[in-house]
Amino acid sequence: MQTTLYSGFGVWDPVIWTIAGAVILLLVYLFWRSGVSTYRKGSEQERPYLSGNAEPEKNAVHIGGGNLYWGFTEGLKGYYSRLVPVHTGDLNDYMLWYFGVLVAVCALVVIFQ
Amino acid sequence: MSQYVPLLVALPLIAAFAMPLVGMLGKTIRNSLAIIAMAGTVTAALLLVYEVLVNGTIIYAFGAFDPSLAIPFDSGGVPIRILFVIDAMSAFMVLTAAIMMFAVVLYSLSSESEQTGQDGYYALLFLMMVGIFGMVTTGDLFNFFVFLEINSLAGAALAAYRINKGLSVEGGLKYAFISTIAGLFFLFAIGMLYGQYNSLNIAYIASVIDLTGLSLVALVLMITSLAMKAGSVPMHFWTPDTYSSAPSSITAILIVSSMASLYAIFRVAFSLYGVTMNVVTIGWIIIILGILSMFIGVSMALPQKDVKRLMAYHSVSQIGYMLVGLGVGVAVLGDTQMMNEFGLVAMEGGIFHIINYALYKGLLFLIAGAVIYRCGTRNLNELGGLGHSMKWTMGFFIIAALAIAGIPPFNGFASKILIYESVFIFNPYISVIAMVVSIMTLASFVKVFHSMFMGPKLPQYAEVKEVPLPMLIGMGLLAALIILFGLFPDLVVNLLIEPAALAFIDQSGYISSVMGGI
Repeated sequence: MQTTLYSGFGVWDPVIWTIAGAVILLLVYLFWRSGVSTYRKGSEQERPYLSGNAEPEKNAVHIGGGNLYWGFTEGLKGYYSRLVPVHTGDLNDYMLWYFGVLVAVCALVVIFQ
Repeated sequence: MSQYVPLLVALPLIAAFAMPLVGMLGKTIRNSLAIIAMAGTVTAALLLVYEVLVNGTIIYAFGAFDPSLAIPFDSGGVPIRILFVIDAMSAFMVLTAAIMMFAVVLYSLSSESEQTGQDGYYALLFLMMVGIFGMVTTGDLFNFFVFLEINSLAGAALAAYRINKGLSVEGGLKYAFISTIAGLFFLFAIGMLYGQYNSLNIAYIASVIDLTGLSLVALVLMITSLAMKAGSVPMHFWTPDTYSSAPSSITAILIVSSMASLYAIFRVAFSLYGVTMNVVTIGWIIIILGILSMFIGVSMALPQKDVKRLMAYHSVSQIGYMLVGLGVGVAVLGDTQMMNEFGLVAMEGGIFHIINYALYKGLLFLIAGAVIYRCGTRNLNELGGLGHSMKWTMGFFIIAALAIAGIPPFNGFASKILIYESVFIFNPYISVIAMVVSIMTLASFVKVFHSMFMGPKLPQYAEVKEVPLPMLIGMGLLAALIILFGLFPDLVVNLLIEPAALAFIDQSGYISSVMGGI
C-alpha cells in the first residue's frame, strides 16, 4: 500500500516515521530494563519524599489549569488586556462586529474590483 | 438516478418525526429506532459516496423519473425542479457528516441516558442530520437556505437541551439569533440573484452570472453570513458561548454544522461565482479571516479555565487553517500555473483538514463530555488525576490532542504539512503564523492534559470510573480513524481529497453536469 504523501515540495511517510519511533521506544525500554530493579509496586517507595515533611493533602499539591501559562499571559498583558474585553458575551456586540465586517468586506470588494 | 440521494434526507427526516411517537412505546424501542435510522442513513451515505467516486457527479431531480426532466423543453433552459448535485466535494462532506453522526449517536445512547426529554433530543439530532446532509448536497440556493434553517433551528434547540442554570438557554439563544441573522442575509443574497437571473439553481446562475453591483453585494452577504455561521474571527464570539453550554455530543455535531457552512462559502466562491469575481480580492479576504481566526482563536484558548470554552476557541483557530488553505485556492483560481504549482495542494490541505478537524475536534468534545459525565465539572482548576481511573479516555485524549497540534504521525500533521508547504510558496509569513499557532495549540492541550489527567488521584474523584462502553466505542471509532488517516494520508488524499479539490475548481464541469450532462 502506498503510504508516502507527496506535497509537491517534499514527502511525508508516516509508516517509516512510526517504525523509527517504535525502534527508539524499544531501545529506551531495553535501556530502562537494564537498570537496577529495586522498585516494588505498592511499597513505601511510591510515597513522595518531601525532605522528610509530611505529604500535604492531595488537592494542595495538584497544580490546577488556572496556574499554567501564567507567565505567558502576564508577558502578553498588553495584548490580552485588549483582546479579552472584546469578548463581552453581549449579543448586541456580536452583531455590531458582524455588520462591521459586512461593511468592511463590501468596501474592499468595491475598492479592489 | 441514484436511490441513495433521497434516502440521505428521507431516512433521518422520518426518524425525526417518528421519534416522539415511538418514544411513547419505551426507551429501548426508541433507542433501537435511533440506531436503525442512524445505521440506515450512514449506509446510504457510504453507498452514495462510493457511487460518486466510481461514476462521477450524480444529479438527482426531485419529482422526476429522470434528471433530464429537470429542464423541460419549454422552460427556456432553466432547471425548474429541486436538484441535488453530488460531486466529489459534496460526497466528501457527506462522508465526514456520516462518520460524525455514527459516533455521536452511539455516544449519546449512554451520555444522555440519564437525561429527560430524550425523544426530543433524538428527533432534533436527526433533524440536524437532515439539515447538514441537505446543505452539502443540494444544487439549489433556496433549498440550501431551507436546510440551513432546519440545521440552525435544530442546533439551537439542542444547544439549549439542558437547563444548566440558564447557561445552555443563553448559548442556544445566541446560536439561534446569529443563525437567523446569517440566514436572513443569505436569503437577501438569494433574492438579489433570483431577481437578476430568474433561477435559484446554482449551476444555471453560474452559467449566466455577470458581476453586477447586486451580484457583488450578494457575494459579500453570502460569504460574511456563512463565515459567521462557520465561526470565523471576528464573528466567532458565539462559538465559546454555544459550544461550551451544549451537551458535548451536540457540540461535536455543531462542529460538522459549521463545516457545512464553510463548505458553502467555497461552493459559492468556486462553483457559483468562479472567475467572474475578483478572485484575488475575495481570496485575500478569506485568507485574512483565516489568519485572524487561527491566531486569535488560539490566543483566547490558552488562558481559558473552562475545558469546553478552551476547546471552542481552538475550533475557531482550526477553522482558520481551512480558510487559509482554500482561500489560497480562491486567490489563484484564474491562474493555471500558480494553481498547479501550489494552489491545488493548498486546497487539498484545506479540504483534508475539514475531515481531520471534524474527527479530532469531535473526539475532543466527546472526551470533555466523558469527563463532565463522570466528574460533573468542566473547570480545569477543579479537575485532576483522572488518568488513574479513566485510562481509555486519557488515551483517546492523547491521540486527539497530538492530532490537533499537528504532531506526526496523526492526521492533523498530514493536512497541516500540505497547508504549510504550499502556502509558504504563496506567502511565507502566513505559513510561519500557521506553524506558531500549532505550537500554541500544543501548549494549550498540554495544559488540558495536565489539568484533567495528571497529578495525584484527588479524593473527590476517588469513586470515578471509566465511562460506559457505548461512549468508549463512539470515541474509539474517531480515535481509530485519526490514526488511520494519519498513517495512510496518501490513500485518503488520492481517493477523497484530490477529487474533491478538482471538483471545486472545475466550475464548467459542475455547470455541464446539471445543464448539459443530463
